[in-house]
Amino acid sequence: MSARKNLPWLSTPGSTPVSTAVSSAPIDMAPPNERRDFLKLAGMGGLLVAASALGVRRLDATTRGGMEHDTNAEPWEPHAYVQLSDDGTVSIYCHRSEMGQGIRTTMPMIIADEMEADWTRCRVVQALGDEPKYGSQNTDGSTSIRDFLPKYRAAGATVRALLEDAAAKEWSVPSAEVKAQNGTVVHTPTGRSKAFGALVPTARTIPMPAANRLRIKSPAERRWEGKRMPGIDLVPMTTGTAVYGADVVLPGMKVAVIARPPVWGGTVATVDDTLAKQVPGVERIVRIPASPMPGGFLPLGGVAVIAKNTWAAMKGRDALRIIWTHGANASYDSKAYKDTLRASVRKPGQAGRTNGNVQQALAGAARRVSAEYYMPHLSHAQMEPVVALANVSNGKAEIWSPVQSPMDARKTVAEYLKLDVANVKVNVTLLGGGFGRKSKPDFVCEAAFLSREAGAPVRVQWTREDDLQHSYLHSAAAHRLEAGLDANGKVVAWHHRSAYPAISATFAPKVTGAEPDELTNGASDIPFAIPNLQVEICPATAHTRIGWYRSVNAIHHGFAIGSFVDELARTSGRDSASFLLELLGPDRQVDLSTAGLVKPASNYGATWADHPLDTARARRVVETVIEKSGWRGPALPRGRGRGIAMHRSFLSYVAMVVEVEVLPDGTVLVPKATVAVDAGFIANPDRARSQMEGALIMAMSNVLSSEVTFANGRVVQSNYRDYGVARMRAAPRLVDVHLVESEGLPGGIGEPGVPPACGAIANAIFAATGIRVRDLPVGRQLAGWQTRTNVGVGSP
Amino acid sequence: MSSASISLTVNGATRRFDGDPSMPLLWFLRDELALHGTKYGCGISQCGACTVHVNGAPVRACQRRMQTLEGASVTTIEGLHPDGAHPLQQAWRDIDVPQCGFCQSGQIMQAATLLARNPNPTDADIDAAMNGHICRCGTYPRIRAAIKAAAEQSK
Repeated sequence: MSARKNLPWLSTPGSTPVSTAVSSAPIDMAPPNERRDFLKLAGMGGLLVAASALGVRRLDATTRGGMEHDTNAEPWEPHAYVQLSDDGTVSIYCHRSEMGQGIRTTMPMIIADEMEADWTRCRVVQALGDEPKYGSQNTDGSTSIRDFLPKYRAAGATVRALLEDAAAKEWSVPSAEVKAQNGTVVHTPTGRSKAFGALVPTARTIPMPAANRLRIKSPAERRWEGKRMPGIDLVPMTTGTAVYGADVVLPGMKVAVIARPPVWGGTVATVDDTLAKQVPGVERIVRIPASPMPGGFLPLGGVAVIAKNTWAAMKGRDALRIIWTHGANASYDSKAYKDTLRASVRKPGQAGRTNGNVQQALAGAARRVSAEYYMPHLSHAQMEPVVALANVSNGKAEIWSPVQSPMDARKTVAEYLKLDVANVKVNVTLLGGGFGRKSKPDFVCEAAFLSREAGAPVRVQWTREDDLQHSYLHSAAAHRLEAGLDANGKVVAWHHRSAYPAISATFAPKVTGAEPDELTNGASDIPFAIPNLQVEICPATAHTRIGWYRSVNAIHHGFAIGSFVDELARTSGRDSASFLLELLGPDRQVDLSTAGLVKPASNYGATWADHPLDTARARRVVETVIEKSGWRGPALPRGRGRGIAMHRSFLSYVAMVVEVEVLPDGTVLVPKATVAVDAGFIANPDRARSQMEGALIMAMSNVLSSEVTFANGRVVQSNYRDYGVARMRAAPRLVDVHLVESEGLPGGIGEPGVPPACGAIANAIFAATGIRVRDLPVGRQLAGWQTRTNVGVGSP
Repeated sequence: MSSASISLTVNGATRRFDGDPSMPLLWFLRDELALHGTKYGCGISQCGACTVHVNGAPVRACQRRMQTLEGASVTTIEGLHPDGAHPLQQAWRDIDVPQCGFCQSGQIMQAATLLARNPNPTDADIDAAMNGHICRCGTYPRIRAAIKAAAEQSK
């Protein structure tokens, strides 16, 4: 494999006429000649270092072998690239997509800190989609720090050691006498110093420091890791210059808007495009074939209107007269489907986890409590509707798009257009929100297909309506929970049945229920000490594209289990927080590969040795929110209430106490929330806090107002007008986030805040009103609550 | 379709539009002037991502048609302050408001008109002015704090 093929940044410089430089978004100002700089560096000067699980390598003219690495020899998946140019500029290649979690700041913070770089000389460059060069770039599953922290640190520490060695060699002094410090290396006995950039020529030629010589900084030595750092994209984001998907323009570019089948699996019967063609600016009408069901990442098909500008394309699309053949899902109806899921959880399912004998324990229990919960389909509704720009010609495709998984975009486009994957280049822009939607590249394929058809660069712009009506929705889910309590009020039996269509139904036919591993998103891996426990999967067939949405199944697991624990406490006359602590039982570490699960839990990709289910960590976050929230303080007046819940997901432990105020008309406000997070080591505490704030507010939408429903196979909602999301008025006045200080292995941050918030909000509503909402969203269910007492809504 | 010739000022510069008079201002700004800071979020005035100032008032550019803008003065996020250093822009950065950042142009433009007519907004004032804007990342508490910080700083 040639270096050119392996490293797309070595492609011919300056030939891509992009109006806005998306491949470089530096800390201060965009460098005009990013690619030329890199070429010059790799060929003639500078220092380029890459870190992988196998160690850290230098890639430069003298060691081209590193770049032309034989991928058959060993998996060479460097995740961090650091470039030090002769003028001292440090460029850090961010291989993850930025969608608000702050990775474009956090990753450079870690590397530059270990490197002892001068932060003002650091820039971040958004990496192209390229596997295996970067390994997995799928920015999904809250993995960007938890999977890569040691590699980022190793990359920085290696460059630091190499530069120290270079200085020692230049000065003919022992390495022990030199020390890197804020962009320079200092000879400690004499105080003389040399800037990093000036050391590059020597650093390029001396041996790389041995892995066993690498020293990762102690916590006391860290400059930025674990401290507050301003986001590197703050200036562009506050001045309108940040580049998102629809902000890239190519000369001769067309804009396309597509009419897609309103029912999943539908096809075009006839199309009359007479009126559409009369819209000024409309240039072409192109049919996109429907992909074979269930379709996976491929386009839904439909009719595209290609026009000079966005407005003409939208007007042209509106003017199409299409008769659709709707296919097998034309009768999908959410009201009926809810009943189907309900009926499903009332019958035994397939065991996902079994401990003890739940039926016997329930039969012998002093008290049995059961409840059913329902959560509808949800949509990501990220602020930026999906969008992609493609330029396909001569067997090559170049894409600019806000994708979470550039490698999936690349592979899927290659398969879809039957191109060599090496000829597909994916440039990742900033994402205007992702939440899982943008890891599915159907929209990228649409743009690539239309660009090939039109023989010109084409931007496919989804409207908000398209985004809501043709998404990959969060599963609608029903849960039935039943517990048996002994005479002392202790839970001795736990029986949980769930029915929801699986994500895998989008990728394989004949899937009729959740996969066992979907239950390990906080249902079959609950941290409770209950001797008799059974978790079952009940049938549920998908009638729309199901996909992952921030926190995935942990959303409805968190809502149902969080609510049920509160219900158990209250029916026993117990304080909910004390009851929750008692359920956690004695501190212990559980390996869920041997805990009665039908299939060992994947544990979010981590080993059970690294990340056991640690109930002490769960207990600590619960105790923290009890203490910090004033849970044990004076009771709140009627109409206000506090709810508590805790959930482990994505290897992190989050507890929340949410305080709500329910207005007479049923509107729910959140004056205050207290959050405790144990996510192991937290590299960027401010972004961790902001993720908790955002997770709580997203959970407010999930619980209070959001719902996608179907009638006659079609999505009923069309825009934010009828797809309700949290707004300023309801937003918390105070979110008090407590991060557990830890040097432990990092867990996720982006997703784990949502599930406990869902349970805590529902429980707070009960505390405030006496009304238990079991069917989401809350919507108008609380209107006139003051005239009602202790009414269970959605109770069987 | 009748074609229009409309003259207006955008960020202080005179601009001419000759096209479909029903085209919303949003697409003129984005597709013709390449002022990409103004965002498309919903197209029906529900999210506020496209908020700009027309003659000093906050306007949803997705719903404001070009035919109504003869002689108008439009300010976008790019023209809010010559150095991008409006007190709100500074406060947004000090408090690290943005997550994905996509809605923030509209949020800042709306907040700027709030502060222009009410230098000391209360929580209720902020709720009333900002409730038309959606942030799916959930930056509302920080937006609130940044508006108050900018108000304080402007005193």
